[in-house]
Amino acid sequence: MDSTAVRPGAVGGKGRRRGLLTRVSRDGLSSLFFLLPLLLIFGAFSWFPILRSFVMAVQETNLVSTPTFVGLDNFANVLSDPLFGTSVANTAYFAILALVIGYPMPLVLAIVMSETRRFRGLYSALAYLPVVVPPVVAVLLWKVFYKGGTNGAFNSILHVFGLGPIQWLGDAFMAMPSIVVEATWAAFGGTVIIYLAALVSVPPELYDAAEVDGANIWNKIRYVTLPHMRGILFITLILQLIATAQVFTEPFLLTSGGPANSTTTVLLLIYSYAFGSSLGGHFGEAAALSLMLAAFLGVFTAVYFWFTRSWSTTS
Amino acid sequence: MAALAIVTVSACSSAASTPSAAAPAATDAPAGAASSAPSTVAHKPVTISVGALRPGATQEAVDALNLQISQFEAKYPWITVESREYNWTAPTFTAELAGGTLPTVFNIPFTDGKGLIAQHQIVNIDSRVRALPYVSKFNPSVLANGQDKDGKIWAVPYLAYGMSLTYNRTLFKAAGLDPDKPPTTWDEVKADAKIITTKTGIAGFSTMATQNCGGWQLTVMTYSLGGRMESVDPKTGKVTATVNNPQTKAALAYIHGLRWDDNSMGATFDYNWGTVNADFAAGQIGMFTGGSDLYTNMVQNNELKAADYGVTVIPLATDPNAGVLGGGDLAAVNVLTTEDQRDAAVDWIDFYYMEKLITQDGAVTDAKALKANNQPVGVPSLPVFDKASYDQQQLWIKDYINVPTAQMTPFTSKIFTEPLVTEPLYNTQDVYATLDPVLQAVLTNKNADINALLNAANTKAQKIIDTPPAS
Repeated sequence: MDSTAVRPGAVGGKGRRRGLLTRVSRDGLSSLFFLLPLLLIFGAFSWFPILRSFVMAVQETNLVSTPTFVGLDNFANVLSDPLFGTSVANTAYFAILALVIGYPMPLVLAIVMSETRRFRGLYSALAYLPVVVPPVVAVLLWKVFYKGGTNGAFNSILHVFGLGPIQWLGDAFMAMPSIVVEATWAAFGGTVIIYLAALVSVPPELYDAAEVDGANIWNKIRYVTLPHMRGILFITLILQLIATAQVFTEPFLLTSGGPANSTTTVLLLIYSYAFGSSLGGHFGEAAALSLMLAAFLGVFTAVYFWFTRSWSTTS
Repeated sequence: MAALAIVTVSACSSAASTPSAAAPAATDAPAGAASSAPSTVAHKPVTISVGALRPGATQEAVDALNLQISQFEAKYPWITVESREYNWTAPTFTAELAGGTLPTVFNIPFTDGKGLIAQHQIVNIDSRVRALPYVSKFNPSVLANGQDKDGKIWAVPYLAYGMSLTYNRTLFKAAGLDPDKPPTTWDEVKADAKIITTKTGIAGFSTMATQNCGGWQLTVMTYSLGGRMESVDPKTGKVTATVNNPQTKAALAYIHGLRWDDNSMGATFDYNWGTVNADFAAGQIGMFTGGSDLYTNMVQNNELKAADYGVTVIPLATDPNAGVLGGGDLAAVNVLTTEDQRDAAVDWIDFYYMEKLITQDGAVTDAKALKANNQPVGVPSLPVFDKASYDQQQLWIKDYINVPTAQMTPFTSKIFTEPLVTEPLYNTQDVYATLDPVLQAVLTNKNADINALLNAANTKAQKIIDTPPAS
């Protein structure tokens, strides 16, 4: 914000008041005033905890007794924990599966829906519906679908065809793909809407020109649609990668990280450090791993934008 | 034989049944036998919250508690009691503890007593509890769970139980088995489980495997075979993790056989304490191991049909070290409280948890209130005080018992002569947590390498034991 110092000479009575009001309205004090609630809320619930996590990462604390300074011990403890490597590998596996299964699907659906002449609004609503369902409700619903016995929803369908039953969540090989499918279902609606909006911005005359040049539907997508959407695609890709690195709700509710830690993600490990022990937990280790994750994502994002800056439409 | 040496027993995430005592007629309680009478000194009004009911408790359970609260408030007019839903689970307890949102009075399993006391995360209520007239009658080994190394009382034990084999009598009948003759050996459990699955299509045997309960139940089976999860050098006091002992390996091999050879464990392998109770009450499980007090929770929260319920003792091997793992619950006071609230909290503990165990008025009034609201009276437990007090209390409530005692006879006729063994004393929940993935691996991976898994778990458990707690 600009300086709020009173201008020399702008003193006394009416003149001073008018000057102050003018300054308030012109130099942004009013903006500050309107921003204040947001700043306070963010400060209290976002920035303060972030700063606090820096402190906790070098402390041994159970949040009840007096904390003690332990230097970088918490970071060392995390790095020497066998579960750290497991959780990183699991998270990377989730991210790759989500990339393969979850990333192209909204784009394909958006393109198909944009080509549809009738009921486009209905399709948009249907695609967006899973986003409206509260995440916990959705996950628990899918837990019923994934039930391992013959009475599970998916297994009942397979049973009709003489297949299964499959241990969707009770098998270390199947659990992570099952989680990714649920997560994709829950999240793709929002991305579809973004892509639909981006597709509208593609000038229709480009398609006409391409058609005159003899381009088929694939060529139009390849040479017209995708180049125009690359900015959005890069943004959604990085957002998805950040989100997958922070996946928690789905594995927490569907598998609790099991079976045998096969779905323990980095965030689940952080949770486990903090709340796994009923005697106050390892909040220091949890904070340390949180910071390591944040640092990784920050560096990753910077590198990502560095390498893709020449491809971006905004560059 | 080994009788009731209720050695420092404690529980995993059971946190046992929701206790409910009712108010005594109060003012005319006989001296020396009854709880402390309210002081005539003027008191400042004080409000406490009590975590006495689990989320999802039936309206009858809520009504019974409300009745007890009104009786308490009549006896202690300066105290206002607010009921808060509360359920001890390892992760939620930590969050509530750190966030300062626990009720004024809450319960914890024996496993957490020593750790919370060492870290001063609950209140020292020694002088207040020692003012109660019956304090000398506590079974010393039970009381020890709520004491620090100097013998000061920080939490009050109000429930002790032995682990049991809970079984569904209706499924036994449907499978052509005699529900009055439950299995007495692990081989018989395996055979019966297979028959139940074959005849009914329902899991013959299930086990908890998540939220530290997998390690807990693996310990139950290990103890029954004579193994131990920790050992302490009597000379140096050094604690050694022994979760890779031969009996735990045998227990896992046994479960592997049930799961993969017999296919008699159904299709759910991520049970925790709440979900295994729910599925058992829903008739989806033939047998599982759990606390002997589970009947109360399953009636209050899972609408258990009484006719389904059967309970017997855990099969014990011939090994001289074989024993039944015991558990129990402590009532504790939130550290974020005023002195007046702490006084009121101990009054509540005395009234709600203890009087029914030690005074005739308390026992009868409690039983009456519970029975009037269709809540279980007479669920099997073990003595918190001496055995004579326990037997006396059972006599007082004899006319009000409404649980199917005949169906509990296989347990009650034997448990008092079984050797009860404490849970691992050091980092109990953490040690259990290291075993959850091992049990899960055996349940979900036919080729799980039990030796390698247990060795890795042992290394981790030892590291945890060697790490001093935050203080």
